[in-house]
Amino acid sequence: MDKARNEEQLRQRSFTRRALLLGGGMTAMLASLAARMYVLQVEESDRYAMLAEDNRINLRLLPPLRGRILDRFGAPIAANRQNYRVLLVSERARDLDAVLERLGDIVPLTREDRARIHREVARKRQFVPVTVAENLSWEQVGAVEVNAPDLPGVSIDVGQTRTYPYGSALAHVLGYVGAVSERDLTGDPVLELPGFRIGKNGIERLHDERLRGEAGTSHVEVNAFGRVIRELRREEGVPGQDVVLTLDAGLQNYVHQRLMGERSASCVVLDAASGDVLSMASVPSYDPTVFTHGISAAEWKRLTTDTLAPLSNKSIAGIYAPGSTFKMVVALAALEQGIDPDFRVWCPGHYTLGNHRFHCWKRWGHGWMDMHDGIVQSCDVYFYDIARKLGVDRIAAMAERFSLGVPTGIDLPGERDGVMPTRAWKLANIGEPWQGGETLVAAIGQGYVLSTPLQLAVMTARLVNGGLAVEPHLTRGFKVAGEGDERVPAAAPPIGLGAPELALMVRAMNDVVNGERGTARGSKIAQEGWEMGGKTGTSQVRRITKAERAAGVIKNEDLPWRRRDHGLFVGYAPIGAPRYVVSVVVEHGGGGSSAAAPIAKDVLLEAQRRDPLGAAPLPLLASRTQPG
Amino acid sequence: MSVLSDITLRRNPELTLGRKIWHLNWGLVLLICLLAAVGLAMLYSAASGAWEPWALRQAVRFGGGVVLMFAAALIDIRFWFRLAYPVYFAALGLLGLVEVMGTVGMGAQRWINLGVIQLQPSELMKVALVLALARYFHGVSYADIGRPGYLLVPLVLVGAPALLVLKQPDLGTAGMLLMIGGALFLAAGVRWWKFLLLAVAGGAAVPIAWNFLREYQKKRVLTFLDPESDPLGSGYHILQSKIALGSGGLFGKGYLQGTQSHLNFLPEKQTDFIFTMLAEEWGMVGGLALLLLFFLVFVYGFAIALRSRNQFGRLLAMGLTINLFLYVFINIAMVMGLVPVVGVPLPLISYGGTVMLATMIGFGLLLSVSIHRDLRIPRRGPRED
Repeated sequence: MDKARNEEQLRQRSFTRRALLLGGGMTAMLASLAARMYVLQVEESDRYAMLAEDNRINLRLLPPLRGRILDRFGAPIAANRQNYRVLLVSERARDLDAVLERLGDIVPLTREDRARIHREVARKRQFVPVTVAENLSWEQVGAVEVNAPDLPGVSIDVGQTRTYPYGSALAHVLGYVGAVSERDLTGDPVLELPGFRIGKNGIERLHDERLRGEAGTSHVEVNAFGRVIRELRREEGVPGQDVVLTLDAGLQNYVHQRLMGERSASCVVLDAASGDVLSMASVPSYDPTVFTHGISAAEWKRLTTDTLAPLSNKSIAGIYAPGSTFKMVVALAALEQGIDPDFRVWCPGHYTLGNHRFHCWKRWGHGWMDMHDGIVQSCDVYFYDIARKLGVDRIAAMAERFSLGVPTGIDLPGERDGVMPTRAWKLANIGEPWQGGETLVAAIGQGYVLSTPLQLAVMTARLVNGGLAVEPHLTRGFKVAGEGDERVPAAAPPIGLGAPELALMVRAMNDVVNGERGTARGSKIAQEGWEMGGKTGTSQVRRITKAERAAGVIKNEDLPWRRRDHGLFVGYAPIGAPRYVVSVVVEHGGGGSSAAAPIAKDVLLEAQRRDPLGAAPLPLLASRTQPG
Repeated sequence: MSVLSDITLRRNPELTLGRKIWHLNWGLVLLICLLAAVGLAMLYSAASGAWEPWALRQAVRFGGGVVLMFAAALIDIRFWFRLAYPVYFAALGLLGLVEVMGTVGMGAQRWINLGVIQLQPSELMKVALVLALARYFHGVSYADIGRPGYLLVPLVLVGAPALLVLKQPDLGTAGMLLMIGGALFLAAGVRWWKFLLLAVAGGAAVPIAWNFLREYQKKRVLTFLDPESDPLGSGYHILQSKIALGSGGLFGKGYLQGTQSHLNFLPEKQTDFIFTMLAEEWGMVGGLALLLLFFLVFVYGFAIALRSRNQFGRLLAMGLTINLFLYVFINIAMVMGLVPVVGVPLPLISYGGTVMLATMIGFGLLLSVSIHRDLRIPRRGPRED
């Protein structure tokens, strides 16, 4: 019995000792839990609280409203339209096919549309809306709303789409907006929003950052699966600024319509005094809205492979031999070199240099020609003669003062330079020395000489505005909700030509249209006070062989379109105090007097009738005060 | 009736039902109910303020558990003594059955579908192991415990279920079985140097055991060692749990206001990570309060063990308390990123049927030890009359 009791006592004592030990260990372990809790919930609490907020709060960007583009009087020429879309949340639709079937009665859905919807539904999470159709009409929106009970998961959403009220008439100037591509990404997060559009060409691209505005943000609470629970905070973005152009939309529309009669042509109208571009048109054109919704591959191919280059803005990117419109520049170079304007040249219809014969456009010759008659009747032989005395480099130097062969610096992407050849230019670019005969060809604006319609318009403006180096521009300024800022135009510097010399040119150009023997006398403006002056130009695109010349030069009407001459005309009105300057190029139009001058006449008439320079433009308040 | 049995009877008077109920440890019962109430409140919150799908069912289970607990408590401890081995082998059999026909859940075979209830035999095994070891060590004298030969049987008793569970594979439960065994060995008086030997042997076995682990288990251990290395993959659970805890701060975000839990950033918030939700909504204050409640339960368990006059009762109470402690410690340490995520629930708080059942039976046994504390049981077992 004692032994048993002893044994029991031993066991109990041992147990008690070890139980206390275990208890101590357990208490220590619990204390370690409490310590850990202290570290997490007190010491590192701030860090974890921040992480929890990061988890919970999602920043959503609110795309800003794109700024509009306005003409000089404030008429919108690029704006935003509400775009009604049908969205579908697949988890609420239950039977997707049945819903699409019913929706198909209201909004036509092709088989491809359905396939795309099914693909997107499969790819996205169940609660993420999928776009079913866009650009719904009011009737369709109403029908969807009325049938809402039968269309579970279907909702109408309003987005913004770019619209161009003048359509193709302004496509080349305004450009278009399109989806952001990989290389457009600059790190601005708004660019990564699905469906966001940026300017891809023209003014839309040039002023894209101003037009774009700044994205707003919406702080939303999301769960672990990304579902939005509620909006916590919202910061509205800054809408894009409106861009105000120098264009007159009405005149532009007229010019575009007038050009539509030609297969391929372009026309620029400038304010002679300021260089404001009042109109800039190019045909054929394209519909800029096709790019807004993503252009189809077939349409893109059609536009890019069309030999008439509808995507090209020929006013700044088409380069043409200026032909006889170049003759005033040669004449001014001659006057500067001291050649007497009364100096006369006998034109027998051709001019011989070495063993080569250079022809005048008039086969039987003009007889005695002085400078005035040389310009008015566009005598080639007169200019061959004085060009030989001058040399090509002097002509080129004068041309550069009129912005020929050098970029005008217009605020529009895609301007081409053209070419004004010199001896050095030919050696560097062609690798051969200059030939004497090439000087003669250059003097009548052919051969290597190439210029854009805009350059020709700038040249004309500088000729008739008293020799001021105006530069063309399209942007008047920017406007934000009543405020804005206007470009303060610097006074154009003179190009360094004397008034008598310029007056000589203007008088000659007046007689081109209004003189009895002028090449453009057929396009005379009869209304008193609105008369125009100008200069025709015809640029050859083919070589006329000796044999053809002997047999008689084939008339343009008898040639295939592509081999006909380009018709050019530069003009201004009114002749008393020139304000409007125009330059017209009709590709393969035949001659300057027959194809281009009538267009210039109509455009100048319309410009004076509308008289955009006579009316006050949209006021733009300067947002920054000038430093006194 | 022999003299001995007469003495036994005099020292061990049969208790009437009334006396047994009088002897019930009502303080402990109150603590248990408090903990269960906290659990139900958290499950109500986990469902974003709804009784469905968890809180109501858990309440029903707790009700059933209370009945089981009282039944187990009122049954004579000698009955449990006799039943120790049969229960152990029954549990072992069920574990074996899982191998054969268990449902695969969470990438491991852990469940037996009994129609009404999904049984997790490994949870029952813990209680059964405590019973079996208590019974075995009860029959070994203080001197014999020092002899290595006597350790063979209990080693097998611990090793067999541990291996079966490891094969499921359930790393957490296997570890718990080993730790329960170890603690009972210690409490029973096994010599210190043997533990030292075991620790060395265990250390040597780690690389071997590593090879037995499934890929997802290895990953869990590795992410435990460096949780931020893979914040969206396996480290996600630990990281989100720490964020929830940490963002709770000192006083918490308020009941039903835990953003991490209610926006589903916290995984398995109704089961393994329920403590995280509690600490997010009630803060460190709430977490410590829960820890204190559990601590009081452990104190009761120790008091009952020390107060018992028979070795079986002492070891049983100690084993059950340690079992409960291991649940609580591993679960909370796990959600705080102190130990790898091993899938151990928090008793009375986490949603789960078998754990509730096993826990309540465990409490029943603990209460039985308490009621029958003055009963002496001879080393060779109670007399069969």
